[in-house]
Amino acid sequence: MTASAVARAAPHRRFGLSRLAWREARWAYVFLAPWIIGFLAFTLIPMIATFIFTLTNINLNQAEPLRFVGLDNYARLLGDQQTWESFTVTLKFAAVALPVAVILPFMVALLLSSRYLRFAGAFRVLFFLPYVVPFVAGVLIWLSMLNGDSGWLNLFLQAIGVSNPPNWLQDPNFVYAGLVLVGIWGIGGGVIVYLAGLKGVPTELYDAARIDGAGWWASLRHVTIPMISPVIFYTLILGIVDLLQYFLVPLVLYQGTGEPGGTTNFLNLYIYKSFFNYQDMSYGATLAWFLFGVTLAITLVLFGTARRWVYYAGER
Amino acid sequence: MAAPNRSADASRLTVGEPGLLARLRGQSRPRVRPKAVRNAGRSFAMTFVAVVALAAFLSPLLRSATMSLKSPEQIADVNSPLYPASAATLTYEGRDYDVYQVPIAGTTRDLALIKKGRTSSQFADPSDVAAPLITWEGAWRTLQPAYKFDPHPENFSNVWDQIDYPTLLRNTILIALIGTIGTVLSCTLVAYGFARFRFPGRNVLFLLVIATIFLPGAVTIIPTYTIFNKIGWVGTWLPLLVPAFFANAYDVFLLRQYLLTIPREMDEAASIDGAGPFRTLVSVILPQAWPVVIAVAIFHLVYSWNDFFQPLIYLSSTPDLQTVAVGLARFSGARVASDPGLIQAGTLMTLAIPVLLFLVFQRFFVRGIVITGVEK
Repeated sequence: MTASAVARAAPHRRFGLSRLAWREARWAYVFLAPWIIGFLAFTLIPMIATFIFTLTNINLNQAEPLRFVGLDNYARLLGDQQTWESFTVTLKFAAVALPVAVILPFMVALLLSSRYLRFAGAFRVLFFLPYVVPFVAGVLIWLSMLNGDSGWLNLFLQAIGVSNPPNWLQDPNFVYAGLVLVGIWGIGGGVIVYLAGLKGVPTELYDAARIDGAGWWASLRHVTIPMISPVIFYTLILGIVDLLQYFLVPLVLYQGTGEPGGTTNFLNLYIYKSFFNYQDMSYGATLAWFLFGVTLAITLVLFGTARRWVYYAGER
Repeated sequence: MAAPNRSADASRLTVGEPGLLARLRGQSRPRVRPKAVRNAGRSFAMTFVAVVALAAFLSPLLRSATMSLKSPEQIADVNSPLYPASAATLTYEGRDYDVYQVPIAGTTRDLALIKKGRTSSQFADPSDVAAPLITWEGAWRTLQPAYKFDPHPENFSNVWDQIDYPTLLRNTILIALIGTIGTVLSCTLVAYGFARFRFPGRNVLFLLVIATIFLPGAVTIIPTYTIFNKIGWVGTWLPLLVPAFFANAYDVFLLRQYLLTIPREMDEAASIDGAGPFRTLVSVILPQAWPVVIAVAIFHLVYSWNDFFQPLIYLSSTPDLQTVAVGLARFSGARVASDPGLIQAGTLMTLAIPVLLFLVFQRFFVRGIVITGVEK
C-alpha cells in the first residue's frame, strides 16, 4: 500500500516538488521577492563589484587606464603601515569598549530586575530613553558634558577632590574612555535584552541554589550567568561587529582628522577616507574586504567557542 | 524559605490559650519585624542606587537643557551657577551697581555695592532702595556676586531660523514616513513568506537574511553609491527611500519571529474558505500581528530620524533636502566655539520627537527589542 503510494507520487517528485508543494513554493518566492531583489541589488551584487574593484586600479584622482592588477592591492595592504595602525586603533578601542558594552547593560539590568527596586517600570523607561536620542545629538551633548574646563564630569571630579581631571576627548591617554562615555547612551537596547533574559530564568533554580547555601554572588555566578549566556553571546557578537565598524563618532567629533594624536584613525574611517577623500576606489574596496574578512573570522571563531560556554535550554 | 516556618508557628498558635498567643506574638514580632525592616532597608538602598545611577546617566541631558537657555556671556562666566543666570545689578540713583551676597547678622542678604572700601563698604538693599545705605565691615572683594535667574529661550527660535529648521523638519518627517511605509509593507510580506510557507532553500535564505546584519556597510557602499550617482539619484531622497521598500534583515527577523508564534489554525480555516495567501495575510495574520507591526514602524521612524551617515553622503550637495541630523552636524561644525547655547538648543529640538515617540509607544518598543534579542 504505502510502497505503491510512494511509487505513484514519485513521478511528480522527480521534478523536485509535488504540484502542491510547487504552488506553495511559488507563493513563498512571491512574498520573498522584495527581499531577494533588495539583497541582489543592494548587497550581493555590490559586494561582488567591490571584490572586483579590489583586483583593479580604479582611482578617480588618476587618469591611469583601467586594468586588472591581480593581488597588487592586497600586497599594498599588507605593506601599508596606515592600515595596521588603524587596525590597531580599532582593536585597542574595542578592547576598552567591548567589556563596557557587554557588562554595563547586564549590571543595569540586574539593578532594574531586583525585587527590592521600587518604581522599576519608571526606571526602565528612563534608562532606555537615551537610546532613541539621535546619534549626532548624543555626540554633541556628551562633547559638552566632557568639556575639560566646564563639563559637568570634570566639575564633579574637582568637587570630590580630583585636582587635575583630564580633558577627556582631547587627551590621547583618555580619549578612549571619553569615547566610551559618548557611546554609553546606546546601552538601552542591551539592557532590555538582558532584562528579558533575566526574566526567563526559572525561579526554581534560584530556590534550589539557595537551599544549597548559595549567596547572591554564587547564584549569580552559577545560575544567572549560565542561564543567560545566549544573551551575553548575542550582545558580545553584535558589540564586536559594531566596534569593528566604529568611526562615525570620531568623524563628527574630529571631522575625520584622527585627533588627538592619531588615536581616532579607525580602520573604517580609513576606508571611508579612501573612498570619499582620496577617491582610491580599488584600495578602499580592498580595505573594506579586509574588514569584512576580519569580522567574519572573529564571528566564526566566537560561534565556534559558543558550544563550550553558551547554554541553550532547548538544546538536547 | 521563611514562609513555611511562619505558617508552622501559626498552626501551633491555634492550639494555645490567649495568653500564650499574646506571648508568642510578642516573641514573633522581633523575628518578623527585622525582616520587614531589612527588606525596607534593601528597597531603600536599591532604589537609592538606581536614582543615583539614573541621575548620572541623564545628567548630560540636564546640562544640555540648562546650556540651551544660556547666552554666550552666561556660558563664558566661570562663576555663574549651573542654571541660566546673569549677575544681578541694581539701578540706584541712575547708575547700575553689582549685587553681592553679604553675610550680615547671621544671614546672607543680596545687597548692591554702592561705595567700595578696603575694610568697610556701603550697600543698598534692592528690596528697599529708599532706606539708608547699610554699612558692612569687611573686604568686599571676598564677597560672592549674586545671580538672578535669566533664561534665554530665544536660542530656540534663533536656531529655528538660522538652520531653516522647518525645511529640515519637513524633510526628515517625509523621509521617515515614506521609508516606514516601505519597510512595513516589504518586511511584512517577506516575514510572512518565511513564517508560513515551505520551499526549497528556506533555511539558506533565512541564514542569508541574518548574515546581512553582520555585513560591514563598507563592502557595499561604493558600487551602490556609484550606481545611484550614475542614474542621477545622488542629491535626491531616492537612495534613502527606495531600499526601504526592499525589506531589511532586522525587521524581517522581528516580524517572522512574531508570526511564528501565531497559531496556524486560523490561516488554515481561511484557506479552506477559499482565501488566497494575500487575503489570509491581510485579514487573518495582520489583525493578530499589529503589536509587532507597530514596533517595526516605530523602529524605522526612529532609525530614519536618527540616521546620519546615509543622508550625509547622499544629500551633502543639496542642503535644502537634508535632514535634521545632518543640519545639526553642519550647524555645530560651524558654530562650536561661538555659541554652545544655540547648539544645545538645536540638539534638544532634534531629540524631542524621537523621545516623545518613544515615551508614547514604549510598550511596543520594548517588546520589539525583546523579540529580536532573546528568541535567538
